[in-house]
Amino acid sequence: MMEMNVTEQTTENVGGGCSSSGCGGSNDQLSHLPEHIREKVHDHPCYSEEAHHHYARMHVAVAPACNIQCHYCNRKYDCANESRPGVVSELLTPDQAVKKVMAVAANIPQMTVLGIAGPGDPLANPERTFDTFRQLTDKAPDIKLCVSTNGLTLPEQVEELCKHNIDHVTITINCVDPDVGARIYPWIFWNNCRIKGRKGAKILIEQQQKGLQMLTDRGILVKVNSVMIPGVNDQHLEEVSKVVKAKGAFLHNVMPLIAETEHGTFYGVMGQRGPEYEELQELQDKCAGDMNMMRHCRQCRADAVGMLGEDRGDEFTMDKVEVMEVDYEEAMRKRADYHASIEANRDAQKNQTNETFVSISSIKLHKKKELRPVLMAVATSGGSVINQHFGHAQEFLVYEATEMDVRFIGHRKVDLYCSGGDTCGDAETTLDKIIKTLKGCEAVLCSKVGYEPWELLEEAGIQPNGEHAMEAIEDAVAAVYAEMVEAGLPDKDKSDASIKITA
Amino acid sequence: MAYKIIESCVNCWACEPLCPSDAIYEAKPTFLINQKKCTECDGDFMVAQCASICPIEGAILDSYGESANPAGSLTGIPPERMAEAMAEIQAR
Ligand code: SF4
Ligand code: SF4
Repeated sequence: MMEMNVTEQTTENVGGGCSSSGCGGSNDQLSHLPEHIREKVHDHPCYSEEAHHHYARMHVAVAPACNIQCHYCNRKYDCANESRPGVVSELLTPDQAVKKVMAVAANIPQMTVLGIAGPGDPLANPERTFDTFRQLTDKAPDIKLCVSTNGLTLPEQVEELCKHNIDHVTITINCVDPDVGARIYPWIFWNNCRIKGRKGAKILIEQQQKGLQMLTDRGILVKVNSVMIPGVNDQHLEEVSKVVKAKGAFLHNVMPLIAETEHGTFYGVMGQRGPEYEELQELQDKCAGDMNMMRHCRQCRADAVGMLGEDRGDEFTMDKVEVMEVDYEEAMRKRADYHASIEANRDAQKNQTNETFVSISSIKLHKKKELRPVLMAVATSGGSVINQHFGHAQEFLVYEATEMDVRFIGHRKVDLYCSGGDTCGDAETTLDKIIKTLKGCEAVLCSKVGYEPWELLEEAGIQPNGEHAMEAIEDAVAAVYAEMVEAGLPDKDKSDASIKITA
Repeated sequence: MAYKIIESCVNCWACEPLCPSDAIYEAKPTFLINQKKCTECDGDFMVAQCASICPIEGAILDSYGESANPAGSLTGIPPERMAEAMAEIQAR
């Protein structure tokens, strides 16, 4: 019998698997990477699809200044590079930031990563950024450091970055063509001048590419973020994916443009639309042919605290942090213990998953016809299990089940995508919005669903399912898919745009 | 003669380290330029540094009291379109 692997891997890896005993087979989409890179990303909640269910990251807002303007950003708010627009964060001095990180790391033992992502560009604020990193390397050597940048001053800062032992850098690269760039970046600040239009974009692109190469030459992990802007760079991002991969970037994360008039951004005010889920997914799939993609990016805030997608920032405001007593040594020991237990758990979950697929592969034996894939939404508050009430979910994880595997497709935020605008009118109820958010999904798995949403979901062709509460997500999705197949998976209505799923 | 920061400044810190005359300082509610110290960057740079990096249209005035970066000059949003959009939002 063919061995099946559950999880978020690309299909070409199915049946591949890893020969070393400790690594859990090809159980994540990083299996194509060399061992030393896999090790680096293994615990990183932003980089490993699997790890982000278990580990936490935190960003501190110490970098207010920026040296470029992006059309999706309004500097009255935080940078949209890695954060949600419209949320102003509490700007911290490096000393305050260090205090906050130490307090959080003592209280949230899942904490593994500290990032500086804004609210401006970290590398446009080198003193503040590097002072923070220097102190943390000293006081919490077990915490990984990472930084996001637009790349403009990256080449001149690579040496300094290496000194601080930072092994993760994210560069936001939206284009490699200055003509495209001219439609994204109205100006940059360069050599003591403001440079507008194509000329500025050209310099920015050159600097980004140079910086990327310098980092990978020095063995530093580089992730590339791109914002997908329909009609501007959507056709171009496949090319970007190729170019950055050739230079050694290990992940290319395509994020949707979020543009609303009230953000006051160029795109928002000029009526530039963001991508539909289907478009985004299609592009992510295309780029995945070239390079593995990270689809679980939730566009977290620059000062976000906690697991990806959840924000516990309110528990750690500066006035609360100032009065917290922290025993650093003890906290570090606790984290080490905690991480060991997470690893044990992850191994246990991996072992379980193999069993589930025995049932799916046996279905295959008596169904000759090729089965179509099905999208399902999952409500979870973390830990890789289905453990959230439908009504409490602020976002859903979307998985695609096929007869071969179950893979993670992406997140859909309830609020983020449906906050008015032209796609959803104001008259819509929250429930309508949620249902719209789940477009294309045929089932929603959660711990519980109320009576009213149950009916409406069914009407919308989305089968609510509360039977797999507390089960591992991939197992449950596989089981539900198996049930659907047993019941005779109906052909999908051809007119439905949402079947644009690439296998 | 001197440049001036007015209340629309968002306190982004971008201008402060660039000033060759140490004229810019953090203040409440916004950054300010010491009118006695500002040299308009004369002798140091071709263009006023603060006005060349400031991302906020209208936040910095030149020595004639005019916006160094008037509406639309940085974002590329035509002022009429901005006004329309604001009116749309108001009407909701
Ligand atoms: S014009 Fe030049 S000297 Fe005057 S405040 Fe601005 S940067 Fe400083
Ligand atoms: S650059 Fe402009 S917005 Fe930023 S602190 Fe200076 S005056 Fe204020």
